[in-house]
Amino acid sequence: MKQFAKQMLRSPSGLVGLVILVVAIAVAVFGPLIFPNSPWRMVQRPFLPPFALSSVPLGTDALGRDVFAGIIFGARVSLLVGLVSTLAALAVGIPLGAVAGYFGGRTDDALMRFTEFFQTIPSFALAIVLVAILQPSIYSIVASIAIVSWPPVARLVRGEVLSLRSREYVQAAIVTGQTHGWIIWREILPNALSPVIVLASLMVATAILLESSLSFLGLGDPNLISWGYMVGAGRTVIRQAWWITVFPGLAILLSVLGLNLVGEGLNDALNPRLARDGR
Amino acid sequence: MPAEPAVEIRDLRIALPPGGERAHAVDGVSFDLLAGEIVCVVGESGSGKSMCAHALMGLLPASVTTETGEIIFEGNNLLALDENGWRDLRGRRIAMVFQEPMTALNPLMRIGEQMMEMFEAHGLGSPAERREKALALAREVGLPDPAGIVRAYPHQLSGGQRQRAMIAMALALEPAVLVADEPTTALDVTTQAQILKLIRDLQRRRNMAVMFITHDFGVVADIADRVVVLRHGQVVEQGSAQEVLTAPRQAYTRALLAAVPSMTPPPRAPLADRGKAVDVIGLDKTYVTSGGWFRPDRTVRAANEVNFSIHKGETLGLVGESGSGKSSVARLVMRLIEADRGTVRIGDIDLTQLQGKSLRDQRRRIQMIFQDPFASLNPRRKVGQIISDGPIAHGADPKLARQRARDLLGLVGLDGGAIERYPHEFSGGQRQRIGIARALALDPEILVADEAVSALDVSVQAQVLDLLEDLKARLGLSMLFITHDLRVAAQICDRIAVMRRGSIVELQPTAALFAAPQHPYTSELLAAVPGQPKQLAVPA
Repeated sequence: MKQFAKQMLRSPSGLVGLVILVVAIAVAVFGPLIFPNSPWRMVQRPFLPPFALSSVPLGTDALGRDVFAGIIFGARVSLLVGLVSTLAALAVGIPLGAVAGYFGGRTDDALMRFTEFFQTIPSFALAIVLVAILQPSIYSIVASIAIVSWPPVARLVRGEVLSLRSREYVQAAIVTGQTHGWIIWREILPNALSPVIVLASLMVATAILLESSLSFLGLGDPNLISWGYMVGAGRTVIRQAWWITVFPGLAILLSVLGLNLVGEGLNDALNPRLARDGR
Repeated sequence: MPAEPAVEIRDLRIALPPGGERAHAVDGVSFDLLAGEIVCVVGESGSGKSMCAHALMGLLPASVTTETGEIIFEGNNLLALDENGWRDLRGRRIAMVFQEPMTALNPLMRIGEQMMEMFEAHGLGSPAERREKALALAREVGLPDPAGIVRAYPHQLSGGQRQRAMIAMALALEPAVLVADEPTTALDVTTQAQILKLIRDLQRRRNMAVMFITHDFGVVADIADRVVVLRHGQVVEQGSAQEVLTAPRQAYTRALLAAVPSMTPPPRAPLADRGKAVDVIGLDKTYVTSGGWFRPDRTVRAANEVNFSIHKGETLGLVGESGSGKSSVARLVMRLIEADRGTVRIGDIDLTQLQGKSLRDQRRRIQMIFQDPFASLNPRRKVGQIISDGPIAHGADPKLARQRARDLLGLVGLDGGAIERYPHEFSGGQRQRIGIARALALDPEILVADEAVSALDVSVQAQVLDLLEDLKARLGLSMLFITHDLRVAAQICDRIAVMRRGSIVELQPTAALFAAPQHPYTSELLAAVPGQPKQLAVPA
């Protein structure tokens, strides 16, 4: 574990990503406690530019709401949606891929055709349709993001399991009479996990983008402010009031960048053989 | 000694990255290579023998540094060369043959093109001349149908043919020095014998200096003029092959030589009157690879009407070359793969008929020891868990299973405290002991050992063989012992079955098989075992 942390911190990009991510999480967790004002409340006159008043450092939007408060509260929604939908996608993709890879044959064929069915539909279009049908709410958004993002997980896990299944230690487990479930859970999955962890960190970033895109189109949860919603709401007045879209946009950029850097760092730390060496 | 040395290696010291097991991969090694002479560098894994070869080719990995020493070749110190200097030298003056011909050849290039590349890289000859040279080389290394084979891709060649092609490439520019890094380790014995002869002939004809890296004393006896014995990066002993093999001065060399199993089987009591532990009747398995629309399917008969039985307390050897189907038979017997036809009976039950839970319950009666001690233990589970998983799956109390794992580790000669450690903390031989403990944890009646000692160094190999022999006698086990190494088979087996292309061609008591082989293929195998004319075994 110590070794792993050292490896992770050795790459400067991973370190930068980690710092960004920690800041974002801290904002999401503690921000609303420090700024208890609702982001929906009108606090000043509309279109107040940033850095003009210390009480509203990033200005106000078209309805006089505090942009800074919006970003702080939006962090919670964005990160939560990213995290929960990724966990949900993993919960679907890992078992499906593991079963397909382990049993092979017809089971594999059936499960992979099912997976391909989801992969052939453009994911964003499917997400829009799902949210539209289910009514926009935080739950329907998480569910639709999870539904469109599990297929790559299933395919990745299947590939890993396929190659691990023929390892001698898995055969040894079969020979000693262990059950299929136990073998998958104890012998195969722990060894298949590192690429999945890397993929998951990148999926959180994609999920944040997806949620922002949905909110931008007005399909966000109407009761929760999110960065995508703010960008969408400020879009019509971008020429008069750039700050309404730029600051939440920057927040999205930074957190996605942070996650990608962490993913890269994780990749280098978990697959040291694939890491680019000095030459 | 007549001529002056072609290559002088003086006090070579190569440092490993800090934090490793030892500070130096190669520690003060000095020896000469003479024109027209084969120097065998022998040592066990980790002795630094490959590092020496790579230093001579300028192919050291970036993580190591050369601290002191020089390699003098044609008046220059090679270690002072830059990348350009090396490029000019490699292939032209010093050439290398690698261990694994499949991975050393580019799978997407024709054999002839790869040979021609040698000339191209050094800007020699016109395309037509290169083509002619490639053809001549293919002929010289004894490739069949040279005109056809230069147009073939590596996967269309057999392992031996690929190694011949590699040798042809190495010889293309008539180098003064040939470095061969375990060139026959990946080959079958009969092919190995041919390749050794080829290297010997070519070396004589061209008066090359050859540095031959190997771990196999049989090979050394067949090919070496001089021998350098390495251990932990240091030269233990060097001298003429005659001296080192028949009158070794150092205890380590003597121990290594003594560990090489003898070709003379020890006397064994016949066991035919005992009951049968396993009965294998008419086992058939055919692999079919679909050839697509335009080509016929490729079928490989891995097992063809395989019949044998193992008596209680007996060790039956299954020997054969790679692709003979011996490992497939092991896996068929274990039901790791399903047979097309045939029966495996253990006592009164038919293992091939069982399914699901009843199969899992009966599996405990027959257990397996795997070939690769590094791949057969799950790297993310502790040794204690690895051993006790099986009994716990069969309903043992976890606490008792752990206690038993401790006892088993003691039984196989490891410390009981090992149960808290992970597999990567152990050496190859120790891991193989853990694998044996895992197999014994279920109190099996039969052990199936699939090349169980093939990946181990000779000295470790001898210890593990002794352990298996001892356990078998103490616990009354029967054993199916699969190996390609006839020396090992001679030492441990009561009877031996020889397999070829999925069929058993001969099954006889060990002593009878070695004394009077019935099938011509068996005689061919026996004759190809390296190191025979000179008896190796030296009283320790």
